[in-house]
Formats: sequence, structure tokens, C-alpha cells
Amino acid sequence: MIGTVHRPASAAEVAKAAGGAERIVPRGGGTKPALCAAQGADVLDLSALNGITEYLPSEYTVTALAGTPLADVEARLAAEGQYLPFDPLLVDAGSTVGGAVAAGANGPGRLRYGGLRDFLLAVAFVDGRGEIIRGGAKVVKNAAGFDLPKLMVGSLGRLGVLTECTFKVFPHPESCATLRVAGLAFDEALAAAGRVGGGAVELECLDLVHGAAGWGLEIRIGGRSHALEARLNRAADLLDSGASTLVGDADTRHWRARRELHWAAPDASVFKLPVTPATAGVLEQVLAELEAARAARIYSAGIQQAFLAWPAERSADLPALDRALTESKLTALALRAPAATATKPILGYRSGGELLRRVEQALDPAGRFGRL
Amino acid sequence: MAPVDAASFHDALIQRLGSERVLTGAAPMAAYESDALTAFRARPRAVVLVESAEEVVDVVRLCAAAEVPFLARGSGTSLSGGSLPVDDGVVIAMNRLNRILEVDPVRRIAVVEPGVVNLAVSDAAAPYGLYYSPDPSSQSVCTIGGNLAFNSGGAHCLKYGMTSNHVLGLEVVLPDGEVVELGGDSLEGVGPDLVGLFVGSEGLFGIATKITLRLLPRPETFFTLLAAYDSLAAAGEAVAAVVASGLLPGAMEIMDNLAIEAAEAAVGAGYPLDAEGLLIVELEGEKQQVAAESELLLEVVRQSKPYLEHIASDADDRMRIWKGRKSAFSAVGRLSPDYIVQDGVVPRSRLGEALTRIQRLGERHGIRVANVFHAGDGNLHPLILFDGRVEGDLERAEELAGEILRLCIDLGGSITGEHGVGMEKRQYLGEMFDDADLDAMRRIRTAIDPGELANRGKMFPDAEAPALLSHGPHPLEVAGVISRE
Repeated sequence: MIGTVHRPASAAEVAKAAGGAERIVPRGGGTKPALCAAQGADVLDLSALNGITEYLPSEYTVTALAGTPLADVEARLAAEGQYLPFDPLLVDAGSTVGGAVAAGANGPGRLRYGGLRDFLLAVAFVDGRGEIIRGGAKVVKNAAGFDLPKLMVGSLGRLGVLTECTFKVFPHPESCATLRVAGLAFDEALAAAGRVGGGAVELECLDLVHGAAGWGLEIRIGGRSHALEARLNRAADLLDSGASTLVGDADTRHWRARRELHWAAPDASVFKLPVTPATAGVLEQVLAELEAARAARIYSAGIQQAFLAWPAERSADLPALDRALTESKLTALALRAPAATATKPILGYRSGGELLRRVEQALDPAGRFGRL
Repeated sequence: MAPVDAASFHDALIQRLGSERVLTGAAPMAAYESDALTAFRARPRAVVLVESAEEVVDVVRLCAAAEVPFLARGSGTSLSGGSLPVDDGVVIAMNRLNRILEVDPVRRIAVVEPGVVNLAVSDAAAPYGLYYSPDPSSQSVCTIGGNLAFNSGGAHCLKYGMTSNHVLGLEVVLPDGEVVELGGDSLEGVGPDLVGLFVGSEGLFGIATKITLRLLPRPETFFTLLAAYDSLAAAGEAVAAVVASGLLPGAMEIMDNLAIEAAEAAVGAGYPLDAEGLLIVELEGEKQQVAAESELLLEVVRQSKPYLEHIASDADDRMRIWKGRKSAFSAVGRLSPDYIVQDGVVPRSRLGEALTRIQRLGERHGIRVANVFHAGDGNLHPLILFDGRVEGDLERAEELAGEILRLCIDLGGSITGEHGVGMEKRQYLGEMFDDADLDAMRRIRTAIDPGELANRGKMFPDAEAPALLSHGPHPLEVAGVISRE
């Protein structure tokens, strides 16, 4: 039930396709199907907009066309000892540069230096009138003009079709290792996360993971190799119970699986929810009331975001989840949803409506990209 | 003409705020006629001293109904003329809206009103071992609302970013008086990043009345290294070597000889007076990590052959080093009656080339230029020295400033790293962006503010905002309270 599929090979071709369609949905790697469901609209397949156009390791900047797989970008950066500190999701699954920015979702590693919004320096996009627009600058510091790059983060393809993005990159830590504690009660795990997160040791990741045997606390530390052991010990001293340690490849594989969402059942709906250490308990309450306390979930990046895998057999209850989130002032972004589940991309509480309405009017007056 | 006559508009302001908080007439309004871009001056219709968010909403609604332009003003430290009054408009003075509403060590946030002074946030967070990271040189007087409008930076932006990287949530009054809430308490969001769009919009989208800021744990320790070189180029190469080593310092600053001389004369920071280039590199963080990093840093910097190096021995020594750097701009005032600060950005690897070309441009115009810059992020701050009493000197200085901005664009950089476009650089925005880019920005502006009432005349190249010309240092600068960075 989709319209024409366009596969533009240049920004000009994107502009032509966007300007001619009544309803059009951009699509990168298709790794977050809930965000590129076409439902009667034309599809703009951006996979031909592929390539790293500029990489200057000494400037900490990389520029790539929107359809470029993030795996290619990461591989290129790794050869120079650099990385994308926002820790993009679903890289091995085929997520693209433009898709990651439009979704505005980050992995657990965003804890250390920030998320996409903090690392996106410049964008080119096609607006709803078919104009090619550039915003930002390809340097690490810039305050000229409105911050259109930030506006595109999380815009879900509704304000424009990204064609090129420039990111700030950082040097990768020399080594990383992870401490894990299992079998905690939620409050206990949250308190331990607060102690470690508020301590002097700077962390790459700090996640609370729900499992059959209670909650697990996972702490990743990175930096100069010969200081790592002392720093792990320092963090471990703040824990009440003994921790196991992951190092080397095991550590790398562990966090890779986390951001690839391998922990969620393939048929589950997966949501990202912004939280704080104060509202994580509110989400727990909501899930308990909906009798969904067994849903797989992770409180990630220092308890600033939750990833929730909503079981496929409970898909009919998504409207109830939407209502409960709204009442609790929580918001959820759908990353994955079973094909049969026509869920909205955003559930729960929304803010900024009046400002967003005016911005949509400015960039997409005819509503070609659909309203949020 | 406004549909409401001037007298009834004034009556309405007085009825809402009381006559003692509505300033009119030359003398009471004199302090509000200019900001830290002292070359411009304009007279507003009135200055109103608001004390609550509700009053901001009501004043904005009155302005909207009467089609009177308005702008919010904090401490007036804008270097780009961002808080310069709109001729015949209303200045909404925000300084009394200065309550810190909440500091929460668990969520690591501070919720503040816009008139709160930048440094006051860190002071309030200090008992919890937290601080607010962006540190403009004027941080002891500039307000969070102004920082937000212009996305202010500072010396420590390399690692943790500028103002926009530290604002999580906002309550804003749109230019027609509509109140919206943006973002929240979390570092993460869902949907287009409207907080990100609002920060740095130079007051053109309205006024923030409540701001949620992210706080960071105070670094456990610092390692501050001062290295002196025979040439500016050598200092620049040292920066490139530090970057290539994989280290990520909290700050990397360079000063040239003229700036060193001025800073020494002003505060006696202990800088070597004969250095052509002085590099300050600072590592920050937890003890073990900084200890490991400092070994590598020393090794890298020594390979760049400075003729002198000095490691800050304690917190006082570190403060002295930074005091010299932060006072460099106001100190330059000792060398010259007037100066213009530029704020362009170039790719880090082209710093050397940019400095050489700036030097040559200065020589051609017969104008001295001192250089202080955030080398880590390529943000230049050339200080163009002139004497406003000499016929044609200001015009020559402005011409040179313009050529420096074009040079930054030419090298693939930006016309502003942290001061904003404001009044000062409007004519250059169109050289950095294409017509389609500017047109999109204009469409967003007019969709949000069809009457272009909020800070009219700023940022856009063709914006109308007649202003009188004047010059001389800012009164707060004379008093030694603020400095330009």
C-alpha cells in the first residue's frame, strides 16, 4: 500500500521528487520501520545518496551523504582512532546517517559527551517546497543563523529530507572495560547508579537492565589503558555487591549488542523514552499498572533514556500505553513496530506544539511530509 | 503606524507595571541605549523592568496588540549588538527575573529565570559538587537569558560544548504572547529539537522565561600547562600535535605578543613578555585519567619545542593563568582607546594561514591587531585597535573587520563562533549562506513572528534597524566589571 518509490541519486533529484509528490516519506536503511511506514505515500529511498564526502581527522569533522550506512562512517573513523560519541543505534543492521539524525535516537555511549544534537554541525536538506537548504557550518564551533541542524534532529522526516550531514567526532578512548552487577531490586539499582554516576569516575555508559533475576547495573569506563584498572576499582568501591568485569572484545561485543537492540524480541515494538532518575520510577509504575512489568527494558545513558520492548502479543494495548504515558507526562518514540501494528511514531505527552506548528508551516506548507 | 496610539500604549504599560517600572526619557534610559558593541546606540520608546514571567507575557501581548517592536535585555554584554534597542521599541529588562528556582543534584539540573547571572548558577550548584559549564569571559555579569539567545561559548567549549549543549528545557513567550513549553528535564528528547532551534535564535523567536540547565560534576582535578614559543605558527603546530595525539583537553588557548603584553600589564599573570605565541592547554577530569593524559600531553608539547614551559603548581597558580587569559581583551584597552573584537571561526588546521593573512591585512590598513583565540576549536578573536577620535579610524577598523570575516568564510569557517550575528555581522550572513538558506530562515522567522516584532533588525542582512553611531567603552567595561571575549 505504498505509492511510487523514488531513488534519487542527488540532492537535486530529491528536490524534484519531493516537490512533485502529494505525500512522501523518506527512507534510509529502514532499520526503524515505525518511522518510515509509507501508508499510501510515495517513498523516497535515499540509499543511492551514499558516500563520505569529506573527512578531516585533524578538524574532528566528517561529512557524509544522508544514505551512507553508519557502519561505513564508523569504519572510516576507526582507522584514524576516532568515533561518533553519540553512539548511533542499529549500525550493523544498516542504519544510515540521515535516518539516525531524523530519528534523533542515541545509544548508551551518549552518556560521556552528548547525543546527536551535540555532534551534528551542519546539514543539507530539501524542504516541502522542494528547496535545497543548508544550515550550520562544517567547523566545530559556529553561532551564525538559526540552528537548523538541531531542528532536524528528531524531525522524523516531517520538516525536510536530509541529503547531507556533518558531524563532530572525537578520539576514541584507548581502552574500555565494563563492570556488571546482577540481581538487584529496582530501587537498589537506581541508588547504585546514582552513586557511581555522581562519583568522580567519568563513565562511558551507565545502564540498568531488566532481567529474569532482577535488575543488572552495567558501568563502562574508557580512557588511557594504564589508568583503567585503578579507575575500575574506584567505581567498584562505590558498589555494595561484587561486580564481574568485561574487557577487550567481550566488552566491545556486549555494548554492540545493546545498541543493535538484540536484547529485544524481533517481533516486539521498541520504544525510546526520555527519562530522568526521578521519572524512571514513574515509567515502572505505568508498566506495573498495565501489567507489563515483564517487558524487556533498559534504562540507559545514566538513566536519561529508557528502551522498552513492548511484547507483540500486547500490541492491542498500545493505545492504553499511549494514554498512560500522556497522563504521566512521559513520551515515547516508536523505533520498531510489527508491520500489522499501525502505531503513531510518538506516544504520550507532547510539548512545543504551537511552535512546531509554525515551523511546519514555514518549511512544509502543503504538508507533503505529513504532520507530527 | 501602530494601530494603538503612543499615549494609550504607555498608559497600558504603566497600568500593568506601575510608573516606577516603566522608564521613559533620555536620562533614565541612557544605560539601555547601547551594549558591549559600543559603536552603536539607539533610543527605545520605553524600558520596562519586569519581575515575573506573567509580566513578560503581558508586556509582549501589549506590544503585539500595538505592533510595537520589543527585545529582552539582560546585562547588555552582547558583543554583536544583540541587545541594542530597536529604535522606538520597548526594552524588556530581565535582570529582576533572577531567581534560581531549583538545583537538583539527582537529575543534575538547575531551573532558573533568565535574569540569573551565569556564574550564580555554578555558585548555587557548587555545594553538590556540580557546575554550569559554558564560561563566557563576562560570566560574572552576563545573564543566562542572554547566553541562551546568543548561544554563548567560552574557553572551555571544546569538550562539552556551548550554551545550546547545556539547555534541556524552556518555557518561552512567543512574539504574540503565546506561551509554550519546550524540551524537559532529560538529556534526551523526542521529536524535532525545538529547544535547539530556540537557543541561539538571537531573540527573534520570543523570550525565554524559565530555563532548565544541565549541570556537570566538577572536574576532580586540572592539569594546566603554559608553553611559550618563538612564533605564533609554532604554537599553532603544537595545537595540531595535541589534537593528533588523541587527547581531548578541556581548553586550548593561544595569545599573541600584543595580547600577552596587555594581559601582563593588566593583571601580572606571569606570562613571558618576549613570547610570540603563548599556548595554554588544560586537561580536566578524574585524577588517574588526568595523570595518565598529562604524561602524553607533556611528551607531545615538548616535541613542539617551546622555549619555556610552566605547569600550574596549584589552584591559585591555575587561576592566575586563566585570569590573564580572560582579562586579555579588556587589557587591550590599555593599548588603544577603542577596539573591535571579531569572532570568526576557521578550520583548526588553517589557523596559521588565517593569522598570517590577518597580520597582512592589518599592515595594509595600518591598523594593529592583537590575537587571542580558542585554538582548540578554531575560534579566532582578533582585536582590531583604533582611535575613534581620529577621523575615519572607525571606518577603517570596520573595513578590516569585514575583510577578516570574509577570510573566515573563504577558509571554510563561520563568521561567528560564540558572539552571534546581532547587529554587527548582519551584512555578512548572506555571504556565508545562500539565498535559499536565508529564505528558509526568514520563513521560519515570519511564521513565528509575522510582524517581526521580536528583536527586529537583528541577524538578517536586509533587516531594517536605524541606529545612531557612537563609540567608547561600555560603562561596565570602564568599571572593570566586564570584558570582551
